[in-house]
Amino acid sequence: MTQNASMSVPAPAQPDGLRGASADFAADKQAFPVPWGKAMMWIFLISDTFIFTCFLTSYMNVRMSTTELWPNPSEVFALTVGGTTVPLLLIAIMTMVLITSSGTMAMAVNFGYQRHRQRTAALLFATAALGISFVGMQAFEWTKLIVDEGVRPWGNPMGAAQFGSSFFMITGFHGLHVTGGVIYLSVVASRVLSGFYDRKGTYETVEVAGLYWHFVDLVWVFIFAFFYLW
Amino acid sequence: MSFVAIADRDHEHALHDPQTFVRKYIWSQDHKVIAVQYGIVAICIGLVALVMSVLMRLQLGFPHVFSLIDPNDYYQYITMHGMIMVIYLLTALFLGGFGNYLIPLMCGSRDMVFPYMNMLSFWFYLLAVLILVVGFFVPGGPTGAGWTLYPPQSILPGTPGASWGIICMLASLAVFIVAFTMGGLNYVTTVLQARCRGMTLMRMPLTVWGIFMASILGLLAFPALFVSAIMMTLDALVGTSFFLPAISSMGKTMPHTGGSPLLFQHLFWFFGHPEVYIVALPAFGIVSDLLSTHARRNIFGYRMMVWAILAIGCLSFVVWAHHMYVSGMNPYFGFFFATTTLIIAVPTAIKVYNWVLTVWRGDVHLTLPMLFALGFIFTFVNGGLTGLFLGNVTVDVPLSGTYFVVAHFHMVMGVSPILVVFGAIYHWYPKITGRMLNETLGRIHFWCTFLGTYAIYLPMHYMGILGVPRRYYAYSSAIDFIPPSVQTANRWITISALFVASVQMVFLFNLVWSYFRGKPAGGNPWKSTTLEWQTTDTPPKHGNWGKDLPVVHRWAYDYSVPGAPDDFIPQNVPVDAHAPASHDSGKHT
Repeated sequence: MTQNASMSVPAPAQPDGLRGASADFAADKQAFPVPWGKAMMWIFLISDTFIFTCFLTSYMNVRMSTTELWPNPSEVFALTVGGTTVPLLLIAIMTMVLITSSGTMAMAVNFGYQRHRQRTAALLFATAALGISFVGMQAFEWTKLIVDEGVRPWGNPMGAAQFGSSFFMITGFHGLHVTGGVIYLSVVASRVLSGFYDRKGTYETVEVAGLYWHFVDLVWVFIFAFFYLW
Repeated sequence: MSFVAIADRDHEHALHDPQTFVRKYIWSQDHKVIAVQYGIVAICIGLVALVMSVLMRLQLGFPHVFSLIDPNDYYQYITMHGMIMVIYLLTALFLGGFGNYLIPLMCGSRDMVFPYMNMLSFWFYLLAVLILVVGFFVPGGPTGAGWTLYPPQSILPGTPGASWGIICMLASLAVFIVAFTMGGLNYVTTVLQARCRGMTLMRMPLTVWGIFMASILGLLAFPALFVSAIMMTLDALVGTSFFLPAISSMGKTMPHTGGSPLLFQHLFWFFGHPEVYIVALPAFGIVSDLLSTHARRNIFGYRMMVWAILAIGCLSFVVWAHHMYVSGMNPYFGFFFATTTLIIAVPTAIKVYNWVLTVWRGDVHLTLPMLFALGFIFTFVNGGLTGLFLGNVTVDVPLSGTYFVVAHFHMVMGVSPILVVFGAIYHWYPKITGRMLNETLGRIHFWCTFLGTYAIYLPMHYMGILGVPRRYYAYSSAIDFIPPSVQTANRWITISALFVASVQMVFLFNLVWSYFRGKPAGGNPWKSTTLEWQTTDTPPKHGNWGKDLPVVHRWAYDYSVPGAPDDFIPQNVPVDAHAPASHDSGKHT
């Protein structure tokens, strides 16, 4: 950090404790010692949290307001493999895949900071591939519900119409987030491979993409808990 | 990995000054150009809403004389007038317009942190406005559901625009929210991360604080509107039943069942109440700076002003159901929400007292911005006092759905922020264009607007207490509790409204005329302390500051400092014997 002497500002005496913390936060130039992109991604994610919170609260609200029986998710989302019916089998696999992808993402960020171009790109592509397989399994799940079980956004044979409406809306919106994330990660990965971030001198974009990806993963955990397990 | 703040870098990123007209003024990434683009579009669509209000007033004042609009038009105009004024004019103008222009200049930055995204924000906003306008030309016309768009009626046959109009409205809102999110992320990140040396948070002008907090509110409140827009679109297009219970409409049983109309109201007002403060907080901030500058006196209680902005912002998320006292929600909610609503009056009152104490014994210059700022205090206090009536459940119940509500929110959310918008335009126009607005025209504009709005809205309080319901196309003699004097009042209101609306043309003329013929302003015509007046060029060039970023040595309010030769010391003047610091010059950060 170089400062031109003629332009320097006398630093005010720093108080201790809570006042010191507040003084740090309110210091000049920047509130957080992070790049702009990272700060902005955090703020965006807080905003996006409110979107998913509204979706999930609305789902709980219509689940209470509807007059018909709510279908049992364990039965609806069961798969029959070799004659045995396993509840939530596909969802369990999907959740595992997505959580694994968070692991590969974290490793990509780590290798990014070590400037391992090949490994970072490979791990990013792996994360994107896991994301695609998640979306693929979701497409399979949607097809099964729509074609085999007759679930539609406006109604279903098992009970309350809001079951299908909320399901398609929430998982659809989350699936769009995953799809967007896959595209985002692929772009970042190609840029890593092309040496774009080496020329730029920093791999911080990998971490920013990682923040987004972990968020999408975390949201899924809440959807899983509130929609499938409840 | 440590990160070097932009102001501390040896070589800042070179800004390429765009040369072609298109890159400079159309696809511009300069925050100042984007701000003007936002401002022009917002004022244009606001004029549409103004014309609609004139047509509605003609109908109400002279129900049997003009037959310009039928009842359907009336509902559609009410809806579009409200939505345009609240979202597409005020929100866009305060955040997209003033936020864009002032944040980088007042914080000592070269631009927003992501100029490209900032540009996209404007073009998405323009797209949202265009979709909104398309709503006027689709079969059935725009939606007539009232600006709150309550289901079930907003998407059921019988309401004008229930087929296509409402879809245009919801699509437009969704696009607007995307536009705002891109802009809002930029505003918040710029304030937090891209200030110049010496510009601590507690040295920022209150304008920046107000816009900053309003942007945060927008980022957290618009999601609720976004989600409800998606759900209502699904209800209308796909046939889901999020908001629609089992309904028998016009003798037919609808296919919907089991939805919750109350859910929409909760989502809408979870957005809608913070939205009030998204408009009010920038107005609070701007008015603080106008009063301080033109009274040549430091703002009274700067820290309390900042804390009040933060407190109002936080509280605004827990008061939403005071819009729903008569909605049929659990009555116990009313107790909670009335309490929080009255608590929010505390920080608001602190602000009002501080404004008055700033002017008190100041060297008041009755310039145009000062007149509008004083006018704001009057109308805001007026609107705030009627808010006490509506915030208490027992008093609100008989007043709900009457003209008292119309009068209240037009005073507090319509006229007050608009007066600040005018004051701010008179204040910053010299920086934006390099020329002063015409003083005489401005005074005519102020007095006619300020007194005229009282002529419009004071009688409405009286009508509301008599129980005159709002949103009625005409009052037939069958409603016999309404005395004939109400029609006289309506006629008076309409004449006043026509007058006030036409006076706005003086303002528009002034804007255009002064751009070419106005008196040259110089760099700092108001002798102001804040950074935007200290630029080397007026209007500031791309990149704002020339070669070196400014360095801030003091807070934004060093007016009439004892011992100083001038009655103002700009923020970038070092503290020494010739330019002493006032006692609260941001020394303790």
